[in-house]
Amino acid sequence: MTSLDELFVKTRAENRAALIAYIPAGYPTHEGCKRVIETFAKSGVDAIEIGFPYSDPVMDGPTIQAAAEQSLAAGTGAREVFESLKHATELGIPSVVMTYWNPIEKYGVDRFAHDIAANGGSGVITPDLTIDEADRWIESTHSNDINSIFVIAPSTVGERLEKVTSHCSGFVYAASIMGVTGARGGLSTGASDLVARTRAVTPTPIAVGLGVSTREQAKEIAGFADGVIVGSAFINALRDAPDLETGLEHVAQLVKELALGVREGR
Amino acid sequence: MSRELSPGHFGEFGGRYVPEALVGALDELEAAHNAAQLDPVFQAELAHLHKTYTGRPSIITEVPRFAEHAGGARIILKREDLNHTGSHKINNVLGQALLTKRLGKKRVIAETGAGQHGVASATAAALMGLDCVVYMGEEDTRRQSLNVARMKLLGAEVVPVTTGSKTLKDAINEAMRDWVTNVETTNYLFGTVAGPHPFPTMVRDFQKIIGIEARSQVLELTGRLPDAVLACVGGGSNAIGIFHEFIPDADVRLIGLEAGGDGVDTPRHASSITGGSPGVLHGARSYLLQDENGQTIESHSISAGLDYPGVGPEHAYLHDLGRAEYRPITDAQAMHAFALLCKTEGIIPAIETAHALAGALQVGNELGPDAIILINLSGRGDKDVQTAAAYFGIEI
Repeated sequence: MTSLDELFVKTRAENRAALIAYIPAGYPTHEGCKRVIETFAKSGVDAIEIGFPYSDPVMDGPTIQAAAEQSLAAGTGAREVFESLKHATELGIPSVVMTYWNPIEKYGVDRFAHDIAANGGSGVITPDLTIDEADRWIESTHSNDINSIFVIAPSTVGERLEKVTSHCSGFVYAASIMGVTGARGGLSTGASDLVARTRAVTPTPIAVGLGVSTREQAKEIAGFADGVIVGSAFINALRDAPDLETGLEHVAQLVKELALGVREGR
Repeated sequence: MSRELSPGHFGEFGGRYVPEALVGALDELEAAHNAAQLDPVFQAELAHLHKTYTGRPSIITEVPRFAEHAGGARIILKREDLNHTGSHKINNVLGQALLTKRLGKKRVIAETGAGQHGVASATAAALMGLDCVVYMGEEDTRRQSLNVARMKLLGAEVVPVTTGSKTLKDAINEAMRDWVTNVETTNYLFGTVAGPHPFPTMVRDFQKIIGIEARSQVLELTGRLPDAVLACVGGGSNAIGIFHEFIPDADVRLIGLEAGGDGVDTPRHASSITGGSPGVLHGARSYLLQDENGQTIESHSISAGLDYPGVGPEHAYLHDLGRAEYRPITDAQAMHAFALLCKTEGIIPAIETAHALAGALQVGNELGPDAIILINLSGRGDKDVQTAAAYFGIEI
């Protein structure tokens, strides 16, 4: 059992959703990212996703693209990703890495899974690894006792939904909409339908991401899902602040709001 | 061997590495393509368009004055430059646009580098009454402003892409993001034999007509098969198009010419096979230019259409099998061959295509005067006049 698995046992017992926060490694700087992680931990985040910045992030909207570009320009690579992961897990927060597939393949599939575990990580979210190409990766996650987290979309139906979710552990990442990452005003009804359909085929916890940025949205999602994932909203807060300290204050405020949201949905 | 037989894979290459939201649309497209391949009505419709709109079959032209510089071998050009819109790209977009109508979708998107695929897509969209949005790197909109104007005249919206290297690679990323968001109403007209399954197979199926025609034309002209078939390779659609029919002809050498930029031993080139390594880019496993962290490295070529850090998975497979060879051609070698064809034969080729012509100058000298070499003259050079004029110091 990973610490992420344990988290969902706990939040289910507390009858609430978990708050999962995303930050790309090396953003706004390598040291700044550590401060963001500390702020997450202090302010009420339940689990952390460390993003592996990638040159061709087709699943990401403008906010995360720009953050990844800035981080890559500063030289972020696998070393910084694993350092950030270690920093988060040493603070006692269940943490995973979110990465496109090619950095894993380049690093070495088994070696990547091994180093996730070695740095205290619970697992990896792979947004562009379809289940059809995932055999080797699933094997590696099993032999290293880490969670393999795949993304499902509102268009995922029938046997495919069963197949993808049967290989998910930790949680199932349910994309709330057909689209890319980025803060949005409303929430589509697609998310609750998708979660309901997914509940029918798997007991694995389900976390909803894409477009979530406010307490109201967190509350709404917490009404039907096990986890609420927020990413771009934190990057916006950091980017729009005049300096890192102010940015961190805004992040802390946002976390506190969202943490209330995930507790008032039921 | 089972891996080779699984749909969408070419040995270890190909497959689908995409957001889950696209899987349904790719399945739908694959099913529509498979059905269309077997449907005589679809095939007749496409053949009619090729005959009355594209101008197929394209002719072949023997070029003896050019061949004098290639060791005296017989050199034959397959004239895809004479197609409507000026390149082989129209073969593919007409097929995909017909499929779009079958899917009941009214909007198409496309990526473009040099603008040839964008122009072809805008043309097919105009012909079939579809809305068309073309994503093009901001850098390329400057290099190929004439093609931007052509697309606009044809009624397409051209969206300059300002992220990353602002070239073809980033235009594909942006088109993918559009597709993920609008997949219910929109079909993605992919321009080359790269990308997730079914694109490498589907685009090849629409381009293989080049080789089918050329093989019988060369047989008719010379009484035998060519010794070598040459084509430039960016993503690789014109190369697969002319290679495919010759794959079973074991004695025919298949030679792809990659963009060598300043040289494969420098950081400025676009030779994914010669100078890259296996990995995943834009939805498929193939060769690509990447750093030690798996980040895509920006490519360089004087030719916008070859300026791409990846290559189609079937080429990666043919390379690893040893069935096809891939060589780099530098900017300077390509421009030399470009000028030579202009002055010896009165044909201005696309700079992309000039890489294949430069390859023929090498291969002809290696094979000697008894050899027959077939080259895919994939596009004409009107769009490159500004670049060529600047290169050769001609004032406009």
